[in-house]
Amino acid sequence: MAFLELTGVQKRFGPSVAVADFNLAMEAGEFVSFLGPSGCGKTTTLRMIAGFEVPTEGQIMLEGSDITNRPPNKRNVGMVFQSYALFPNMTVADNIGFGLRVRKRPADQIRKRVGELLELINLPDKGGRYPYQLSGGQQQRIALARALAFEPQVLLLDEPLSALDAKIRVALRVEIRSIQRQLGITTVYVTHDQEEALSLSDRVVVMSEGHVEQIGTPFEVYNFPKTPFVASFVGTLNVLPASVVDAGRGEVMIAGQTVRIARRFEGGSGKSVNIALRPEMVKLGDGPEGSNRVSGKVIDVSFLGSIVRMRVAVGGENGPIVSLDEFNEPTLKLPEVGETLTINFPADGPLVLDSAPADPAEVLLAEA
Amino acid sequence: MSRRFRLLWWIVFLIGAVYFFLPLVATFQFSLRDVPPTAAYTDLLANGEFLSTLTYSGTIGLATVILSVALVVPTAFWVRLRLPRARPYIEFITLLPFMVPPVVFVFGLITTYSRPPLALTSTDRGSDFLLVAAYVVLSLPYMYRAADTGLSAIDVRSLTEAAQSLGAGWPTILMKVILPNVRVAVLSGAFLTLAIVLGEFTIALFLARPAFAPFLGLLGDADPFQQSAGALVSFGLTWIAMIVISLIGRGSQTRITVAGAR
Repeated sequence: MAFLELTGVQKRFGPSVAVADFNLAMEAGEFVSFLGPSGCGKTTTLRMIAGFEVPTEGQIMLEGSDITNRPPNKRNVGMVFQSYALFPNMTVADNIGFGLRVRKRPADQIRKRVGELLELINLPDKGGRYPYQLSGGQQQRIALARALAFEPQVLLLDEPLSALDAKIRVALRVEIRSIQRQLGITTVYVTHDQEEALSLSDRVVVMSEGHVEQIGTPFEVYNFPKTPFVASFVGTLNVLPASVVDAGRGEVMIAGQTVRIARRFEGGSGKSVNIALRPEMVKLGDGPEGSNRVSGKVIDVSFLGSIVRMRVAVGGENGPIVSLDEFNEPTLKLPEVGETLTINFPADGPLVLDSAPADPAEVLLAEA
Repeated sequence: MSRRFRLLWWIVFLIGAVYFFLPLVATFQFSLRDVPPTAAYTDLLANGEFLSTLTYSGTIGLATVILSVALVVPTAFWVRLRLPRARPYIEFITLLPFMVPPVVFVFGLITTYSRPPLALTSTDRGSDFLLVAAYVVLSLPYMYRAADTGLSAIDVRSLTEAAQSLGAGWPTILMKVILPNVRVAVLSGAFLTLAIVLGEFTIALFLARPAFAPFLGLLGDADPFQQSAGALVSFGLTWIAMIVISLIGRGSQTRITVAGAR
């Protein structure tokens, strides 16, 4: 039996469907992220788990108990908000101890627990401060400690890093994951930041317009997207118009150049399809034996620090554009804008979007 | 700031100061025309009714503030949290006291509550309760706006949901989370309510309650100097109350204002 299970959960606001038929079974200690653009239903789903919204249909079970209609203050679920939501009238220690005071725990037990949590979040000397005296990152760590203080069964985080600057965001997400692993607490994390979702999670739920597009490990979601939406939303993607030459042999034509695709797809000869290709799959030059090789014209070269991003128009100036990344190495010879060159990518790199869904099991080995 | 603008600023300030202080100075000067000059003040303090009516109005004011806070803060909170669309209607209701003259209001109250089943005016306690209830209505525009302004300065929804997720029920949320964070705004509303109660004449007079404003009004017929002294003393007391409120609120106001900005 799953630790946290959502079955057929649906949420409607009047005529509009915010979440449609959401199904998820989480194991104890698992870290799952809900990833998607604004309005995809990820926060609504989280709020249903928290009890702030009641599902129109479906059931939410927590450790075998039906909590679908249980009020939020009776759920034993901790939540961290994007806006921190620390109580401005209370000190840090009082904020962290709030949940324990509500549960009428003895004062010395509360003091001890608050101390432990302040140690856990590396702010042992900040107990007497007020929230306004702390930085955004510190406030969010306090909010995390507060949500963990009463030992909830599930921890919910609603875009907790969105209001922080880039450096703190990265540092804090490492800290969140470390604390989660240390405590082994079942965690649901909502974000629209794919990097956050991929780097933190055991599994990612990709959502779009109220529907679950794919549930899988970060590796599966990134490398084997099941729908065009997942392919385009997760990671940077080149989408190239092509036509099928021979589906049996995995051949398509892009801007007059034949390309071989190792993943199985369907479609008669001449059918128009879109080919998805990650920038990191594409390299300059001829590449190893068996690689797909296409020629194109360089239209842009951007230096981005550790990487150099180039845009190449396949087949000439008006051809479809492929974006590719090369690591910035001292030996790297950058092409000139307007130069005609060859780029290469492996046969198992591209994915045919307008065809049967891709699956790891369906990937053909790139034979010679 | 340009020189011309600064000069304009000073002129506006001086006109405002004269408009505000001139009546006070004139009243003070008038109160000293008695013989000896301080007689109005010594006689007033010696007048037993002065203290008793002031105490009565203070007590009624306190009861009004408590009832207003208990009624208005949860209402404003709920409107912000769950019924934002009802806000214009609630605001209209709170403005009704401005549209009904107190004399019409008090006759409506007397007509309704002087006969069974709710013959409140037949006893002192009943009349006191009616007076408090009437003052709660009169103070609605001030108290509601004060509470609503206070609530607009905090993230009501997130704080409420955070408290709920930590296990708190509605009474705890209101008393431990919301009310402390709108304390300054509510204190401002409370101050305005106290000022209204101390200065309200019509309702207290027609309900025949021993309140401060009717005492001061009737005192004018017998001793206008004492009346002026009484007006100034009550004004001074109101100012002291305001200073106390601003001192109480200073610390938390800083905290709440800065909290969102970091």
